[in-house]
Amino acid sequence: MIDLPACRSGIFSERAVSDLLVVTESGLYCEQGDFYIDPWRRVPRAVITHAHADHARAGCDRYLCATEGKLVLRSRIGGGAPIDTLRRGESMSINGVKVSLHPAGHLLGSAQVRVEHGGTTWVVTGDYKLHHDPTCASFEHVPCDVFVTESTFGLPVYRWQSPDEIAAEINAWWRANRDAGRTSVLLAYSLGKAQRLAAMVDPSIGPIVAHGAVMKLVEAYRASGVRLPPIDRVPPRARRVGDGRALVIAPPSVLGSSWLNLFGESSVAMASGWMMLRGVRRRRGFDKGFAVSDHADFPGLLAAIDATGARRVLATHGFSDALARYLRESRGLDAAVLPTRFTGEATPDAAATGDDDDVSDAEGNENDAPATEAP
Amino acid sequence: MKRFTELYWRLDGTASITEKVAALRDYFAAAPAADAAAALAVLSGGRQLRSISTVQLREWAAAATGYPAWLVEECYAHVGDLAETLALLLPECDSPAASASDLGLAEAMQTTIHDLRGADDARKREVVTAVWQRLAPRERIVWHKLLTGGLRVGVSRTLVARALAELADVEQAEMAHRLMGEPPADGAAFTRLLAPEETTTDSRRPYPFFLASALDRTLVEHVAEDLGGVTAWQAEWKWDGMRAQLVRRGDDVTVWSRGEELVNDAFTEIVAAGGSLPEGTVLDGELLAVRDGQLLPFAMLSKRASRKRVTKKILAEVPCVFVAYDLLEQGGIDLRQQPLVQRRRWLEALVATPFTDLLAGTASADAGRIFLSPLVTGDSWAELAVCRAESRSRGVEGLMLKRLSSPYAVGRTKGDWWKWKVEPLEIDAVILYAQAGHGRRAGLHSDYTLGLWHDGKLVTVAKAYSGLTDAEIVEIDRIVRATTLEKHGPVRICTPTLVMQLAFEGVSLSTRHKSGVAVRFPRIIRWRKDKEPADAGTLADLKRMIATDG
Repeated sequence: MIDLPACRSGIFSERAVSDLLVVTESGLYCEQGDFYIDPWRRVPRAVITHAHADHARAGCDRYLCATEGKLVLRSRIGGGAPIDTLRRGESMSINGVKVSLHPAGHLLGSAQVRVEHGGTTWVVTGDYKLHHDPTCASFEHVPCDVFVTESTFGLPVYRWQSPDEIAAEINAWWRANRDAGRTSVLLAYSLGKAQRLAAMVDPSIGPIVAHGAVMKLVEAYRASGVRLPPIDRVPPRARRVGDGRALVIAPPSVLGSSWLNLFGESSVAMASGWMMLRGVRRRRGFDKGFAVSDHADFPGLLAAIDATGARRVLATHGFSDALARYLRESRGLDAAVLPTRFTGEATPDAAATGDDDDVSDAEGNENDAPATEAP
Repeated sequence: MKRFTELYWRLDGTASITEKVAALRDYFAAAPAADAAAALAVLSGGRQLRSISTVQLREWAAAATGYPAWLVEECYAHVGDLAETLALLLPECDSPAASASDLGLAEAMQTTIHDLRGADDARKREVVTAVWQRLAPRERIVWHKLLTGGLRVGVSRTLVARALAELADVEQAEMAHRLMGEPPADGAAFTRLLAPEETTTDSRRPYPFFLASALDRTLVEHVAEDLGGVTAWQAEWKWDGMRAQLVRRGDDVTVWSRGEELVNDAFTEIVAAGGSLPEGTVLDGELLAVRDGQLLPFAMLSKRASRKRVTKKILAEVPCVFVAYDLLEQGGIDLRQQPLVQRRRWLEALVATPFTDLLAGTASADAGRIFLSPLVTGDSWAELAVCRAESRSRGVEGLMLKRLSSPYAVGRTKGDWWKWKVEPLEIDAVILYAQAGHGRRAGLHSDYTLGLWHDGKLVTVAKAYSGLTDAEIVEIDRIVRATTLEKHGPVRICTPTLVMQLAFEGVSLSTRHKSGVAVRFPRIIRWRKDKEPADAGTLADLKRMIATDG
C-alpha cells in the first residue's frame, strides 16, 4: 500500500473543501450524500460501479448497483446486506444528492456513477470500454463538469484491434488446435472477460468448457438474462476431459497447476490487454496472447473524455500520470491524478497471473484460486 | 518483408526446437534465393550496421504520431523495446493497397536500409516515412530492428545449420562447415550453399568451433565420478583471451573470431605470423595480449579487437600472440576426426614453444607470435585440483579438460571438452538502482546496479543482469516500483532493501564506478532474503580481494 499524504488528511486537493467527491481513507466519498463509491473498506453505504474484487468489497451495510449487475454482485459479496438497484434512466436522491447509473460497457451491470448537487455534476466511470461487448450494455457518454476516469491503459501504445478482428484470431487459433487434436486453453479473468469471450467465439468450431470459477459466473449471467452459447462444466474428479476439440476458458490461476493436465496436449493462450506487448507475452510463457481487454484503450479514453465536455478530469489506475499530463498539454484541461489505494502503477505481470487487467489484491476475491507463477 | 516477418514471429512464438527448425526450413524453402541470402546474413548474427540513429527515428515517429516527445519516451520506458514502441505508436497505414504490395527482404535491406547510409537526413526521413506507410505494425517492428541494427532472433547457428541441412539433404556437420565464414553474398551463393555437393570452396573458411561445457564441480570425487580416470584426459590452462582460428591456405592467412567474424584487420601481427605456417594449416587457439612477459587484462584485448585499424601505438601498447591448442588441418587434410592425442602430437611438431616460456621470459615474441598451449600435468584429479586452485594468481580462469581420444566435434557436444573454472569470488551487495530490461524482460526491472558499504554509505560497484529466476525478477520488479525514490527515464533509484549474493571472477581498480574498483563478470547467485542491507559487504572487503586476486 502506498502512503499518500492525501489519505492522511482525508482530502486530495486544496479545493477539496468544496468538492462533491473526496478521497478518504475508506475511498471516494460524497459528504453531502454520505455515501462512498467503490469503497476500500466496510462503510454504511456503498455505490458500486461493478463487481470486480478491487471495486466491490464485501461487508458494507448497504449497496447500490445497476439492476443488471445485482445477481453478479450478490454472487461476489455473499448474502446479507441489502442491494438497492437503479435502472438505466432512473435516478434517486441520497440525502439530497441526485445519483444515477449509466452503462460503462466493462462487464454485465457495470455502471458509471453520475452524481449531481448544487449545480455541479461529477461522473465516476469505474472501469469501462467503448468497444462492443455482446454480454453487456454499451458505454454511454454522459456530459459532466468533473470526469473521474480510469486510465489502466493510458499510454498510446495501447490501441485495440476491433472485436471482430480479435474474434477471428481466436477462432483461427482454436480451429488450428482442433485440427491438430490439441485442446485450446484460454486464460481470462473469471468475471466478465470469460463470459465475453464465450459470447465472442464461434461455437460451431467445437465444445466450450469452463473452469468452476468461470461457470459460477456464467450461471449468474444467464440468470440475469444474458444469452451465452452452451458451455460445459468440468466434471468434478474427472481424469480426462475432451478429445482435443474443446475451447477451455479458465482463470489465469490454473497456470502451473495439475488441473491443466486434464486436457492432455494443449495450447495455452492468455486474453488480456497486456498481451499487446511482446515482452509480457514472452516472459509469461504463453503459447499465444490475445490483446483483448474490457478497459478502454488510449484512443477510447480520449474519446470518452472529450465527449463529456468536462473541464476537470481526474485519472485513476495505471498510467494516470501520463494521461493527466497529456490532457493538460493537448487539451488545456484541468487534469490530475486521483490517488487510489492500489499502487499508482500498472504492472502487467501482476495482471497476467492474477485478477484482471487491473492491479488488484487477492483479498475478497474468493472465486479464484490464489495467483500462481507459470513454471 | 511479409515472409520474413512471418518467420520472425513464428520463431518468436515458440520455444520448441523442432518448431523453430520447421519455421526456418519453411522459410528457406519458400523464399526467393536473394531474400534467403539476406535472411541468412541477418540470422547469422553478424555485425549489423545501423543506417539511422534511434534519436532521429524517435523524433520522426513522434512527429508522425503527433504525440509529444515525453509521451513517446514514457511509452518506450514501459515497452522496453524501441522498435516495438514505435511500431505500436505509428498510425495505421491509410491505404491497404500500399501495404498489400510486398517488398522482398533483399530489396528492402538494400533500398530502405543500406542505401540510407550516407544519405542526407531529408532523404532518410522521406524513405522511412514512406516505408511506415507500406508496412503493417508487425512488419514495422522487424523492419525497425533491421534499420537500427538491433535484430536478434532466438535461433542458434546450429539450428540454422540443421534447417538448411534438412533442406539440402546433407549432413548437419557438413552444412555447419559450409556456413562458416561470411554468409552467402547473393542468391546465387545461397543456391550453391544448398547444392548436394559443394562446387566451390572458400580458401579462407574456418571450421565450426568445438565448444566446451562447464564442469560445475568442486569436489575431486565428483569430478572423478563424472569424468572417470584422469589418464584419459588432457589438461590445459583456460586462458582469459579471445577464442580464434588461424587459417593458412594458399596465399591467404585469415584469423576468425568465435563469432565467425574475420578479425584480420585488428590482429595484423597474427596474420603476419600466420604466413610462416605451412600451406593448408588450420590452428584453433586463443588470442592473448602480452607485453614484456606480462599477460594484459582482457579489457585491453577486447578494446583492441574492436579496432577497425590498428596503429603502431596500439601494436606497441597491446601486443598480441596466438596460443594454439589444436590442429584441425594439415597439408590441406581435415584432421578433425583424428583423436586429440594424435592431433596434439602433430601440433607439438608444428608449434614448439610453450606459451609459458614467453611468460617466464625464456622466449621472445619477436621470433614468432604463435605459441603452444602448455599442458598441465597431474597424476590424479587431486593434483589437478591443486593446479586449478592456482588459477587466479596465474591470471587464468581455471583448467580445460579434453578427452584424449576425442575427435574435434561441432558446436557444444557434451562429454569430451570441459571447462573447469575456478570458484568465483563472492560478496553480498545491495541493489541501489534498477533499470527495465529488454526483449523478454521488457518493462520489468531486471538490470541492477549494486553497492557496498563505505564510510556509512552505499557506493556502486557493479551492474548485474542475470542469475535470478523469472519469478524472482517479477517479485523484485514489484519491490522496485514500490520503493522508488527517483525516476530517471528507465532507471529508478530505490530505497536499499534488496540484498544479492554477487559472484565475479576478479577485482581491479577502475574509474568507472564511484567506488574506484570494478569486478569482472558480475552475476547474481541468489537473492539473500535472509539479509538486511546492513548485513551487506563493505568496499574494504572487496578491496582485500584485489590483494589475494594477484
